[in-house]
Amino acid sequence: MSQTTVGKARVSKPPSPWKPVKPQRKVNNINAVPSLNGRWGYLFTAPFFVMFLIFGLAPILYSVYIAFFNWDALGTQEFIGLANFDELFIDTRFWNALVNTLDIWLLSTIPMLIFSIGLAAILHNPALRGSTFFRTILLVPNITSVLAIAIVFGQLFGRDFGMVNIIVGAFGFEHIDFVQGTTSSHVAIASMIVWRWTGYNALIFLAAMLAIPNELYESASLDGAGKFKQFIYVTLPSLRNTITFVLIVGTIGGLQVFAEPLILGGSFNGGDSGQFSTLTLFLFEQAFVAYKWGYAAAIGIMITVIVAIVSVINFFITRKLSGDGK
Amino acid sequence: MSQAAVKEQTLPRPPRNKTPRWQKMGITGYIALGIVTFLSIFPFYWMFIVASNGTDEISKIPPTLVPGPRFFTVVNNVYEALPQFNQALLNTVYVGTVVALAQVFFSAIAGFAFAKLNFRGQKFMVLFVILTMMLPSQLGIIPLFMIMGNLGLIDSLGALIIPALVTAFGVFWMRQVIDAQVPNELLEAASIDGAGVFRAYWSIVVPIISQSAFVLGLFSFLATWNDFLWPLLVLNTPENFTAQVAVNQLKSSYAIDYALNMGGAFLSTAPLLVLFIFVGRRLVRGVMDGAVKG
Repeated sequence: MSQTTVGKARVSKPPSPWKPVKPQRKVNNINAVPSLNGRWGYLFTAPFFVMFLIFGLAPILYSVYIAFFNWDALGTQEFIGLANFDELFIDTRFWNALVNTLDIWLLSTIPMLIFSIGLAAILHNPALRGSTFFRTILLVPNITSVLAIAIVFGQLFGRDFGMVNIIVGAFGFEHIDFVQGTTSSHVAIASMIVWRWTGYNALIFLAAMLAIPNELYESASLDGAGKFKQFIYVTLPSLRNTITFVLIVGTIGGLQVFAEPLILGGSFNGGDSGQFSTLTLFLFEQAFVAYKWGYAAAIGIMITVIVAIVSVINFFITRKLSGDGK
Repeated sequence: MSQAAVKEQTLPRPPRNKTPRWQKMGITGYIALGIVTFLSIFPFYWMFIVASNGTDEISKIPPTLVPGPRFFTVVNNVYEALPQFNQALLNTVYVGTVVALAQVFFSAIAGFAFAKLNFRGQKFMVLFVILTMMLPSQLGIIPLFMIMGNLGLIDSLGALIIPALVTAFGVFWMRQVIDAQVPNELLEAASIDGAGVFRAYWSIVVPIISQSAFVLGLFSFLATWNDFLWPLLVLNTPENFTAQVAVNQLKSSYAIDYALNMGGAFLSTAPLLVLFIFVGRRLVRGVMDGAVKG
């Protein structure tokens, strides 16, 4: 090979003063520090990628694979194509769980959004005293375990001696059997979710409100807008991205709700007649009670698809509602 | 969405004294905040009320609303029903600490690389991290269970630690933090002075991000402490239980003994509340710093 290069002496030309010097390495990150050797980036990110691929992504991909099998915990492994999905689409338990999940999601998301934006607006007021205290209190519900709280709420919503029913009774109404009813059990579950997330999201909205330039409020005020009008015309439109973000995160979490109903009912059934069975609860029931792993994997895929669809719908609705309002 | 998160996190918060004076704080605002404060605290108070009065006292109309004398009896009952309860609390502290330290370490180095280093395939990698954050975590639970079985980790604390060592969220979060908080000029100056990547990371980046890293660690610790279903699936013997599994065990071993259940719930929650007294304000700042603004 050496003879072919003979004669082609490598003479490096002096750099032309008229052409800009090309950067030696391709810029993959415009914010990067050029003088640091970027190759170390592979080493620094390797632990994350290696462990994530093994314990995060590989299980998900494998789960997609076994969804096409009749696969149970005892060792049956039989390729059945899309039969799991065929079965799923005519399984009334699946549709029941889907309706329950969407119902609980609506019952929790809408009040949570209204309460948290309202709370953030109150906390946004610079005249408020003790704001650090109130901000900290808002986060307390978020740090506690779903299990402990579900035990408390289960007792508070109890039929005979629950606090909620004692109050209901004091107004002269019949006691409500929250766990047995469909809508009432959804209300009980949604109230746990609202309790847990309202304060957290209020802090998110508060942070977004604090980032709104004061000039907007000042000019609105000069134009004669009162506090309420300022909220409608200045605050809300500025929160567009934050509302979208909170909704999408809330949707991903809300459509996977399982811990609250699991503890409320004490089993994977989601109540005696499945009145508060949710999609994820149904998945776990199939996986760890019925041991139908292939079927459970198919449910998991459907959950992912549903989460994606609802997130996209959410995204466009919030864009439309707040974007065209100007 | 993620673009907005990337760009706008760096916005400085306006100083408070510049906020307009025309707004007045009415009494209704305080009433609303008072109600919210009450509702946030009440479930914990109620746990203690039920645990200190016994089930009979609260099973009447109107129920008792003040603490009773039976708290230590109930605590004794908890330890009788599950002698390993203290062990479960220790296990939880151990798992939570290991997971928190690992997540902070791996997230910080990966976040540093994504924020400040220039290497091929980087854009794709970041996109990959963001996309995987959107996948429902329950999707891989069955194969993960199989992997843990193959590794012989079922019924051991390793089954809780190993899958939790890294998270896409942590990496994304540290990338945001390092991008927003560490000025390039400092790193450039360090490298002119002869510092390599490791030195620059250790002497410049680590001191600046330590506060945010602490917040990430706290959130990992809390999430691990409160994780419920996965420990329930992989742990069988009481010596290996975490606090949540232990509390759940109380629930299933008796019919409905609310005092016992709430006693367990109280014991498993009290350490977090004590921790929160010390770190609550930092957590609040962490949540607000990480918010998508505008």
